[in-house]
Amino acid sequence: MRIGIVCPYTWDVPGGVQSHVRDLTEALFASGHEVSVIAPADDTEVSSGAAPLPPYVVSAGRAVPVPFNGSVARLSFGFLSASRVRRWIRDGRFDVLHVHEPASPSLGLLACWAADGPIVATFHASFERSRALSAAGPILQSALEKITARIAVSEKARKTLVEHLGGDAVLIPNGVTTERYAMAEPLPGWPGDDGALGFLGRMDEHRKGLPVLLRAFETLGRKRPGLRLLVAGPGDAAEVRARVAPELRDRVVILGLVSEADKVRMLHSVDVFVAPNTGGESFGIVLAEAMSAGAPILASDIPAFSRVLLGGRAGALFPVGDSAALAATAAELLDDAPRRKQLSDDARAAVRAYDWSTVARDVVRVYETVVGDGVVGTSSS
Amino acid sequence: MPEILLHIALIAAVLLLIGVYVSWRATRLDRLHVRLETARAGLDAALVRRAAVALELAASRQLDPATSLLLAAAAHEARIADADNREFAESDLSRALRAVVGQPDFRPTLEAGEDGAALLEDLDAAVRKVTYARSFYNNAVTATRTARRKLLPRVLPLHGRAPLPDFFEIDDAPPES
Repeated sequence: MRIGIVCPYTWDVPGGVQSHVRDLTEALFASGHEVSVIAPADDTEVSSGAAPLPPYVVSAGRAVPVPFNGSVARLSFGFLSASRVRRWIRDGRFDVLHVHEPASPSLGLLACWAADGPIVATFHASFERSRALSAAGPILQSALEKITARIAVSEKARKTLVEHLGGDAVLIPNGVTTERYAMAEPLPGWPGDDGALGFLGRMDEHRKGLPVLLRAFETLGRKRPGLRLLVAGPGDAAEVRARVAPELRDRVVILGLVSEADKVRMLHSVDVFVAPNTGGESFGIVLAEAMSAGAPILASDIPAFSRVLLGGRAGALFPVGDSAALAATAAELLDDAPRRKQLSDDARAAVRAYDWSTVARDVVRVYETVVGDGVVGTSSS
Repeated sequence: MPEILLHIALIAAVLLLIGVYVSWRATRLDRLHVRLETARAGLDAALVRRAAVALELAASRQLDPATSLLLAAAAHEARIADADNREFAESDLSRALRAVVGQPDFRPTLEAGEDGAALLEDLDAAVRKVTYARSFYNNAVTATRTARRKLLPRVLPLHGRAPLPDFFEIDDAPPES
């Protein structure tokens, strides 16, 4: 099948939607489809030595940072982008057009506007309330009603869609490229003989639950003299260190923001990976990555995590926010190597269901449901 | 005299704008109906495909005769049901498929047999596509019904004689995987 994918956000800036598009595209290539992606990208930057675009990405011109829906996003809009999108659709002769985030004022919306034929749209964002969307309703309506098939990446994204734009969507979650995490050399000196716990996520975002883990480490660290804690993720390291008791400080190692490669190594460097999130997760991509790495997992029992971990079979669970329970369960796991091995194996097996190859197969089924005899053309109005 | 001309020009301009607007609305409504018909065709194709795969599975000689009969009967009922009974018959086929695939060790047993894995793969795809196609069709129905409820289409018959579409409501929960 010939598939045209529209990515609304700048290719060279990392982000959830961009990695979704990249991984989906690669999974589609792997199953023998032809894919072309259009995305905002700075043509001049590319020539000045920034990482070149992959061969399947077509630039729609540069993106401009503008405030939208409560934050600043880099978006692509205007006549120039619109005409590039139109030309790309006309020349691409796609069997199906797959638009991401069509309700943001960027390429997705432009593509809906220009195209005529089977359009699949994936909705990523979720928010409680959106004034922008409520105000934009009538403007969006005429472009969005051309969409043939709608996909939401999470229950929350689906709920946002139902509440703000009406209508429903089928649920196809994000995938994980599990093999990217499967093998890695642990960081030098880790995990060590006296046990190591790991945390990955924004350190200053309360919902990621680092404070819960630090409280548990206060008790655990005193009882187990050699136990160490490895923390990776963006945030203020000094502030985190200040929250740890002075005598434990040298056993809390803060890596800060790490590269993709170091993230994988970090997941292979700990005896127990802790996900103490207190809420707000719709899927838990971090958890899926840790599962792919085969890290034994201890996670809070929020619904999203409990579902991914098969109710506790593919990772241990503790009551959300309960640092005493976290400490007790972590101690049990640290003392029980066979159980950790079992959790690791079960996690690797369970995460197969979230692998991109599985997810992409469902996306292709959506394509097959909507493709017609002709190719996607450009509309006159 | 020039004043009258000006008035005439103004009225002509307003009429033209109204005309452009009405024709734009009519185009949108027409596009919605095309989308609706395409989605309906997609749904019918998905349902036919699912029944065909169920029949294929029933005829595969890998099942016990009771299971084969159950599946074949449900698939046949779904194929021949008229418009009034279609939704019931398709729901019954969903239930039959769940009961059959939900038997203990059904998947491993079938996968061990000749062509079993391919049959299961076809079945999973067909079942999933029914849920997708139905969601897309019902979305198109929602959009069309909303558009038809607006004032303009009620005053002017922009939609020709197309009847107001109905939702397709069935139990399409897939068998456990």
